[in-house]
Amino acid sequence: MLTIRNLHVRYGAVHALQGVSLTVAAGEIVTLIGSNGAGKSTLLRAISGLHRPSAGEILWKGAAQIETLAPHRIVALGLCHVPEGRQVFANLTVRENLDLGAYQRKDKAEIREGIERAYTLFPILKERQQQLSGTLSGGEQQMLAIARALMARPELLLLDEPSLGLAPLVVQTIFKVIQEINAQGTTILLVEQNAHMALRIAQRGYVLQTGKIVLEDSGKNLLNSPEVRAAYLGD
Amino acid sequence: MDQLLQQLINGLAWGAIYALIALGYTMVYGVLRLINFAHGDVYMVGAMMAYYLAHWLGFAVAPSTIGFVIVLTSSMLICGALGALIELVAYRPLRNRPRMSMLITAIGVSMLLEFGGQRVFGPDPKFFPQLIESRSLFKAGAVVLTNIDLLVICVSLFLMVVLRFIVLRTKIGLAVRAVSFSFETSSLMGINVNTVISVTFVIGSALAAAAGAMVGLRNPKIEPLMGVLPGVKAFVAAVLGGIGNFPGAVVGGLVMGVTETLVAAYFSSTYRDAVAFVILIVVLLVRPAGLFGKVTVEKV
Ligand SMILES: Nc1ncnc2c1ncn2[C@@H]1O[C@H](COP(=O)(O)OP(=O)(O)O)[C@@H](O)[C@H]1O
Ligand SMILES: [Mg+2]
Repeated sequence: MLTIRNLHVRYGAVHALQGVSLTVAAGEIVTLIGSNGAGKSTLLRAISGLHRPSAGEILWKGAAQIETLAPHRIVALGLCHVPEGRQVFANLTVRENLDLGAYQRKDKAEIREGIERAYTLFPILKERQQQLSGTLSGGEQQMLAIARALMARPELLLLDEPSLGLAPLVVQTIFKVIQEINAQGTTILLVEQNAHMALRIAQRGYVLQTGKIVLEDSGKNLLNSPEVRAAYLGD
Repeated sequence: MDQLLQQLINGLAWGAIYALIALGYTMVYGVLRLINFAHGDVYMVGAMMAYYLAHWLGFAVAPSTIGFVIVLTSSMLICGALGALIELVAYRPLRNRPRMSMLITAIGVSMLLEFGGQRVFGPDPKFFPQLIESRSLFKAGAVVLTNIDLLVICVSLFLMVVLRFIVLRTKIGLAVRAVSFSFETSSLMGINVNTVISVTFVIGSALAAAAGAMVGLRNPKIEPLMGVLPGVKAFVAAVLGGIGNFPGAVVGGLVMGVTETLVAAYFSSTYRDAVAFVILIVVLLVRPAGLFGKVTVEKV
């Protein structure tokens, strides 16, 4: 579904991604783990069009090259990015945030269905729908950020560290919902520093280290790999 | 007492004009964090376009209310397009540069419109045609409310209500509020940020044009530098209300109009234009975020 070949991204003199290749097949949960500064967010930002790569290609559904498209065009193709740090519109209500997620959708009935789905996945959002999203807790904001992205009905959901700064119980809830979303047919590329949780729910995983993929295997094998255990699981 | 009432009517009419211009400052500031110094000059172009349209379309010799409405809306459309063009040509290429570049460019655009205006329209004042004949609607003692005053206040009010509806109740308005918060996150929602910024300039410039066309009715002497002072005053009005805040711009504009009219009436008309600067200094000293503004962190 998504194929990345030899991707390079630079921020001025910083060579943040140095030839990354990766694939995500339809229906999968793929995780990308790596420590702080490895380039995980940079990769997602390149995919969603926020940052233009200096070389390499990003192929969507085998054919379309999307690495030069503007972000709003990429959303139209069915890729949605839940950015690091949630980035909810703090000045808008929960409901308005969800409406923005559906910005490119026209069908009112479908949008209403989407809202219902969001409230089913995250019932707390229904209670808070008229509240300014800036007043939500971190966990609630993360739920809103995910729900908002789903409003566009993406085929591929890019999640950047959804567990960041959240209490273990909240992280569990969120990871459960990620699996549920995947079971309902959305492919997921999950970026995490919380390698343990991510590898447990992912079919496959990649390990990114200072801009390069250093390991690639099934989630289970990576969980048991001595290198991963030493570097990312604190063993 | 009569004089006070009369001055309040005058002040409200001017205040409505300032409020319309201030809304444009505040809208553009909201999305770009830019003080669009050229905005007062767009107001001037609005008055000029209304002047030429009135002549070209023949309403100058055959005045009518409907004629004025046509002139007003056409001038709004033309200036809306001008605003979008200014953003596209002057500001968009500088979007990712230090904000100071855009600010300085705004001053440049302002000068271009002022001195270009002198070149194109001629430096001498023109007399705006009486598209609607002024008559008094209401007279009590020395207090006169003219149809023009009422029209200025009502049209301004109507435009503000429309703007409020757009911003709070429509999809594009929601997008404007989203873009004001974050370009990046908005683009991840599938919003074309460039389009939304263009729309913001179109709306703000159209409001300024409406103000320009209406001023022509009340103060028919128009010239290419007529936007300078009202531009500054409306900017101060926006700061007074809390820049970026819509109701604040309206309240700020009205306060500005009424205050300067009263000062001119009761102290001396020489102080009229100084009022804006005194207000600006006081606001910056006492409440830099303005009456309705929240102290916010600079967007990076
Ligand atoms: N806007 C930027 N400008 C310059 N360097 C950046 C920028 N964003 C990220 N970097 C650098 O790129 C590298 C990768 O960053 P990032 O993708 O955010 O890592 P991760 O998400 O894995 O923590 C880091 O060295 C970081 O300092
Ligand atoms: Mg990151």
